[in-house]
Amino acid sequence: MAEILKEQEHNDIDPLTGTATTGHDWDGIHELNTPLPRWWLWTFYACIVWAIGYWVVYPAWPLLTNSTQGVFGWHTRSAVVTDLDELKLVRGPMMDKLTDASVADIVKDPKLTDFARALGRTAFADNCAPCHGAGGGGAKGYPNLNDDDWLWGGKLASIEQTVRHGARSGDKDDHEGNMPAFGREGMLKPNQISATADFVRSLSGLAVEKGADLALGKQVFADNCAVCHGPEGKGNREVGAPNLTDKIWLYGPEKETIMQGIQNGRGGTMPAWQGRLGEPVLKALVVYVYSFGGGEK
Amino acid sequence: MQAVRTLSLDQAAPAAPGLARLVAAAEVGDPPPGDDIPLYAPRRKIYPQSVHGTFRNIKWAVLLVTLAIYYLLPFVRWDRGPNAPHQAVLIDFPSSRFYFFFIEIWPQEVYYLTGLLIVASIVLFLMNAIAGRVWCGYLCPQTVWTDLFFAIERLVEGDRRDHMHRDGRKWTAETYARKGVKHFLWLMVAWWTGGAWVLYFADAPTLVKELATLQAPFIAYAFIGILTFTTYTLAGHMREQVCLYMCPWPRIQAALTDEYALNVTYRYDRGEPRGSVTRANELRAQGKPAGDCVNCKQCVRVCPTGVDIREGSSLGCIQCGLCIDACDAMMSKLGRAAGLIAYDTDINIKRRMEGTQPFVKLVRLRTVLYAAVIAIAGGIMIFTLATRDSEGISVIHDRNPMFVRLSDGSVRNGYTVRIVNKHLKKREFALGFNGLPATLIDFVGLPPREDGELWIDVDPDQTRELRVVVTDYGLPPPASTRIVFRLTDVATGEQAEARDHFFGP
Repeated sequence: MAEILKEQEHNDIDPLTGTATTGHDWDGIHELNTPLPRWWLWTFYACIVWAIGYWVVYPAWPLLTNSTQGVFGWHTRSAVVTDLDELKLVRGPMMDKLTDASVADIVKDPKLTDFARALGRTAFADNCAPCHGAGGGGAKGYPNLNDDDWLWGGKLASIEQTVRHGARSGDKDDHEGNMPAFGREGMLKPNQISATADFVRSLSGLAVEKGADLALGKQVFADNCAVCHGPEGKGNREVGAPNLTDKIWLYGPEKETIMQGIQNGRGGTMPAWQGRLGEPVLKALVVYVYSFGGGEK
Repeated sequence: MQAVRTLSLDQAAPAAPGLARLVAAAEVGDPPPGDDIPLYAPRRKIYPQSVHGTFRNIKWAVLLVTLAIYYLLPFVRWDRGPNAPHQAVLIDFPSSRFYFFFIEIWPQEVYYLTGLLIVASIVLFLMNAIAGRVWCGYLCPQTVWTDLFFAIERLVEGDRRDHMHRDGRKWTAETYARKGVKHFLWLMVAWWTGGAWVLYFADAPTLVKELATLQAPFIAYAFIGILTFTTYTLAGHMREQVCLYMCPWPRIQAALTDEYALNVTYRYDRGEPRGSVTRANELRAQGKPAGDCVNCKQCVRVCPTGVDIREGSSLGCIQCGLCIDACDAMMSKLGRAAGLIAYDTDINIKRRMEGTQPFVKLVRLRTVLYAAVIAIAGGIMIFTLATRDSEGISVIHDRNPMFVRLSDGSVRNGYTVRIVNKHLKKREFALGFNGLPATLIDFVGLPPREDGELWIDVDPDQTRELRVVVTDYGLPPPASTRIVFRLTDVATGEQAEARDHFFGP
């Protein structure tokens, strides 16, 4: 300490630049003292005062249970609410159009379709993606919404019906129809189930096991399955019975999977969204799903 | 030294020799006694004297031209037809377009701005290698507006002597009145500077009308306020402090100049030893050497940053050339040759002292390289600008699902296609597809046209996003096939392509 003070006693003038030094000496190197302009100092003080202003007008200091609230009454939460209100205002006219138009009218209006698809995309991600996948690609037991195979119909009106009222949802207008548990309920014996599974695979041209009793399978199918799936296995959209002759399998084409279905039955549910989502969002979802590419004319 | 009341933020305080040398060497006080280290330096108010001459005229011309461009450019009209604004220079944020006469820049073409900045910086380098701080002395907005504010100040408060006398005396009602008028005029200039600024962002005549009738958007008034404040503060009050303390360019230019660059130079070979006219005559009579500098300090008094050019080039010298005019005027009165202060180099001074011929070497590796970079960068920009496509296509493959198996076993892929139309008229495009033999291309949500063609029309100067699904009816394709979307303007045949993939199981 004493040394530093001693060094500071001699504020030399640097001979080369003519500038005063701070008197500090590091191995013969002297620090030049180039003073800051005084307005800079005042600007610095002004910034400090300005910063104190922040404490006063915005929420700042933590207290025991809360924090100081600030005289502006600003809050991140209320800021979000304000932003959302503004967004609603901006979207208002288009939302009103969506509310008033039928889905058939919406797809005739390119601007409204674009708006509905944009709105539908976020609504789909929020509500539908957990089961149907982010792009509607589906999963085992959850239909792929991109393809041309529809359990309950792929026309705009059919999709709207399904979205509004769901399938096996308990809604009074929902889609009804279950695949019974033929095995568990004792309606079919294991050998009948196995033969039926082989027969179902043969409907879409898939390979069957050697020695499979396709004749028995055909008989069992005609007696038990054709009532819903149709005599040729083409399915029935009235009851949500899948077409068994195409290349698309809701649960999978493996024989074990088919046998599981016959043994324990099937009946995936889809909730009714009417009442849970607003009218424009419901319609936007219908248009969005329709525009995946599988929508039927 | 007389007590000077100033309008600056500072109060009188002991001077620091280092800074004082820099800022106002001619008027500096004694360094403080003892070990009282001044950490903050007071500001010396500078009263630059008016001056007449070549460089002053050049500066007036530059000031007039640059300010006229700045204030009037927004009002220049440019007919682009019915589908674009008619303002020659317009930064259209709501539509995210930049219009500059016949050029229109989209946001994704912002690299033209990058190119422009590169060229601008190298031009700055080149200026520096040829004639020093040309930018600082003549073109910099800080210089131009400060010059304008000095002119107003002299008009109202008088030239250096009058102004200093009035400031130094007890202030009378007249002093206050003059200062009031000066600040009012400054604020008017600053206000109109801010007003011109916002006109670059909206249709100028409309905005002027809205501003006048108080119907303009709040943001316009806010920016006028900000620009008024900064102009009034920087050009009226901060002045040389901006150059000395805020601007990085004086520091950078020290690294860019070289011994061949022409700089405003005091030719000490001719000027020293300096002294009064009488003293010089005495010395000459005795056959001793005498310089041409009569120590009249005119060069210091006209300097807008308060430096003494006779101490050599320095950070504070913006090289505006006004000291040249002042010195030349004095030399002509004394009947001596002009050019005691002139654009010259240190090398030439040394050569003259050695008795060799001075020279100017503008073509040097440095200047040639700078010019080459400017030519190449500028050439690339002009070429790409002239040959850029007026249509474009970009494609994003669906991420989920990657592909869709249809009921008949065929495979379908979904794409989001964005078509760009940079023409200012509506265009029709056909979208083709290459890479797979048996495919069907389908546009989702595109209403069929009356003539049955699958053409996509895109509005003038707009983009259009489409969902496109491509179905492959051939043999199951390999896991991934390279494909090409080709966009064709139906009318002109202009084409654009985008590459992507078709995925299979």
